Amino acid sequence: MLDGRRVLITGIAGPLAGRVAAALEARDDVRELIGVDVREPQHDLRRTEFVRADVRNPLVARVLEVSEIDTVLHLSTTSGPVAAGGRARMKEINVIGAMQLLAACQKVPTLRRFVLKSSTAVYGSEHTDPVSFREDVGSRTPPTHGFGKDVAEVEGYVRALGRRRSDVDVTILRFANLLGGRIDGAFEALFGLPAVPSVLGFDPRLQFCHEEDAVAVIERAATEDHPGTFNVAGDGVLYLSQCARLAGRVPVPVPLPFVAGVASLLRRTGRADIASDQLRFLQFGRVADTTRLREVMGYTPRFTTREAFEDFVRRRRIRGVIQRDEVIRWERELYDFIQRKGQERFLAARERAEDRQGGS
Amino acid sequence: MEQHAEVISIADARDARAREGATRPRCAATTAADRPCRNYATDGDLCRVHAVQGRQGRGPASDDAADRDVPRPDAPAADADDGPGTTAGDEDLGRRRVADEAGRRGWGPVVDALGAVEGLVGGDLAGALEEVLAFVRRRLTGDYEIDEFGFDEDLTVNLLAPLIRPLHRHYWRVTSHGTEHLPTSGGGLVVANHAGTLPADAIITRLDIFEHTGRHARELGADLVFRTPFVGELARKTGATLASGSDADRLLERGELVAVWPEGFKGLGKPWKDRYKLQRFGRGGFVATALRAQVPIVPTAIVGSEEIWPMVYDLRVVARLLGLPYFPIVAQMLALPVLGPFALLPLPSKWVIEYGEPIDTTALGPEAADDPMTVFDLTDEVRDTIQGMLHRNLMGRRSVFL
Repeated sequence: MLDGRRVLITGIAGPLAGRVAAALEARDDVRELIGVDVREPQHDLRRTEFVRADVRNPLVARVLEVSEIDTVLHLSTTSGPVAAGGRARMKEINVIGAMQLLAACQKVPTLRRFVLKSSTAVYGSEHTDPVSFREDVGSRTPPTHGFGKDVAEVEGYVRALGRRRSDVDVTILRFANLLGGRIDGAFEALFGLPAVPSVLGFDPRLQFCHEEDAVAVIERAATEDHPGTFNVAGDGVLYLSQCARLAGRVPVPVPLPFVAGVASLLRRTGRADIASDQLRFLQFGRVADTTRLREVMGYTPRFTTREAFEDFVRRRRIRGVIQRDEVIRWERELYDFIQRKGQERFLAARERAEDRQGGS
Repeated sequence: MEQHAEVISIADARDARAREGATRPRCAATTAADRPCRNYATDGDLCRVHAVQGRQGRGPASDDAADRDVPRPDAPAADADDGPGTTAGDEDLGRRRVADEAGRRGWGPVVDALGAVEGLVGGDLAGALEEVLAFVRRRLTGDYEIDEFGFDEDLTVNLLAPLIRPLHRHYWRVTSHGTEHLPTSGGGLVVANHAGTLPADAIITRLDIFEHTGRHARELGADLVFRTPFVGELARKTGATLASGSDADRLLERGELVAVWPEGFKGLGKPWKDRYKLQRFGRGGFVATALRAQVPIVPTAIVGSEEIWPMVYDLRVVARLLGLPYFPIVAQMLALPVLGPFALLPLPSKWVIEYGEPIDTTALGPEAADDPMTVFDLTDEVRDTIQGMLHRNLMGRRSVFL
C-alpha cells in the first residue's frame, strides 16, 4: 500500500462507475485500476484496465489475486429488470453475482477495503415508515421482493465478509435516487414522459442524490478510512407532484387499482422501466437521514435534492408543457391588466365628470 | 388546577343543575351587545367566559367593532398628477382619487361595498390580488419549500387555513382560553381530548393555535391516516406525521410545537353516552417523549367537538370488513331521507378550547422517560387535568349550540 492503491471496480460500463474510475485515475495515490463488466465501457478512460467478464466468472478471482487488489468497489447492482433482461436474471446478477465476488474477495490476502453501492431501497416504503431513516434503524416492514430485497441481501453478505475478515473495512453507501446528466435510472424516466403518472391520493416524498456527489462519496470511501453504513442524499425533500411541476410537466393521477396496469404498459412499451416493487415507493416515498454522512464521513453534499433535480431537468433538456418563465409572464401580465383596467375606469369616470361640468 | 377529576356523569350534573333551579346565580357581567350575560356564574359572580376575560383585562369581546372599519370617501384630494402608476404607493393614490371622485358624485354605497370587499380580503385589494397570483404561480411551477416531514407551509397558510377559518370562526364559533399557556418559542407538547367521530377537533385546534400564536402545531396521527388516499397526503402536507416515538422526538428536537390526541380512535369513536369521558391515554408514549425532549406538556380541553357527529351506533361488522376501527351511525343520518347528503354535515355546536397551565418536565429530568412509574403517574396527571377542565367548561356552558 506504500506505492498507492490497487482498485477493482465492478460494473465499469455503468455511467456512475465510469465517472468514479475517471476521478480515481486523476489521483496519484491510486496505482492500478481494473474495471470488470460484461459490456465494454464507452467512457474516455486512460489508465483503467478492462477485464471483460461477469463477476460470477472465476476469472475475476484470479484477477483479484494476481493484481494484489486492496480495494474493491462493487458498483454493479442494478435496479432495472428490463435492462438486466428480466427479474430472474436481475436477481441472478445482483445477489448471486455479489455472493461469488465476495467469495473470491475473502480469499484475497491483500484486500483491505470493500465499498458497496447500495440504495435507500433497503428501507422499503410503507405508510408506517419513520419520517427519516437512520442507518441503524431499519423499517418495520423490510422489502419482500424486487430491488429492495436484492440490495438488502447483498448488504447482508457484504457485512458477513466484514465479520469473517476483520482486516477488511466494509463501507456500505445507501444512495437515494441518483440524478444527473448521464445516469439513467428507471424512476427518472418518469419525468421524460409528457405527463408524469402518479398514484391518485398519494404524493410521495422524494430525495435525490446528484451524480457528482455520488462520485465524490465513492471516491472518498475508496481512498479514506470510513467503515460503516452511510445514507447519501441531497438536503431537502420534494414531493412527486412538485417535481412534475418543476419539470414543467403535468402530473396525471392514476387510481390505485389501475396503477399496476399502467406501470406494466409503460414497461412493455419501453417508456419507463418501473418495477412492480417501485409502486409502493410511488405511494409513500422515502427519506433517509444523512447526519452520519456529514458528521462521521465529513462530507456535505454539494447539491440539494432540489438542485439535483433542477440540474437533471436542465441537462436532460426536458422541455416542460408549462414553462416557468411563461407562468411568471402570465402572472405579471394579468396583474398589470387588472391595474390598467382600474385606472382606465377611473380616468373615464373623471372625463365624464369634466364633460358634465363643462356643459353646465 | 385544584380540581382533579372525580368522575361526574353528565346526566348527574344536569340533574344537580336542575335541582338548583332558578336559584342558581347568573353571571353579573354584560355581553358585548350590552345585554346581561345569561350564563350561570361559576367563578364568584361571573361565568366562566367573563371570569377569564376579567382576568385578562376585559379586552377581547369588543374586537369585532374595530374590524368593520371601512375606508371612507372623505379622504383629502391628492395632488394633480394623473400619470399611470404601477407601484403600490401610486396605486394607493389612485384609489384615493377614485374614492374622492365617488364622494363628490354620490357613489357612496358603491365605494362602501368596495371597501367592504377590501376589508374582507385584508384591506389591500391590489396587494391581495398580487398574492393570489403569486400563489398560483408558485403552485404551477413547483416553487415552494417543504421540510423533511413533508410540511408544505405555503399550501397550509395560503389555501387550507383560509378554507377552514370560516368553520373555526362562524360555524363552531370557537372561544379559546389560556392561549398564553402555549409556548411561543421552543418545543412543547399539546395534549387534548379526542371526540366527534371524525377528527375535526384536531384540525380546528391546530388552526386555533395558529391564530393565537402564529405557530404550526404539528399533529401526530394514527397510521390509518397515512394509509388512506387523499387524507394521508393532506395530513403530510399540513405537517402531521406518524404517531411514533422517533418522529415525535425528531419534531421536538427541532423545537416544534407538537399536538397529540392520545385517546386515538378510542376517543374519536366512542358512543354518545360516553361523551366527555376521557378514554385510556394510549400507553403514555407521549409523556415519555416530552420527558426525553424536556418540553412542557400543555393539557388542553376541547368542549363542543363531541356534539358535531353524535355517534349513536357502531356497525362493528362493517367496520371489521373494511378494516376500520369503527363504522359510525351518527344522529344526523336519521334526517337522510329529508335532507339528503346535507344530513351528513356536522352540527354547529359552540366550541370552547381551554389550554391549561403547562406541566413542567424539566424537574423530573430526561432519565424519567425510562421510569415507567413516573410516566404512568404523569400520564394520569395530564388526564385528570384535562378531565377537570372539561367538567368545568361543561358546567359553564349554557347550551350545546349557543
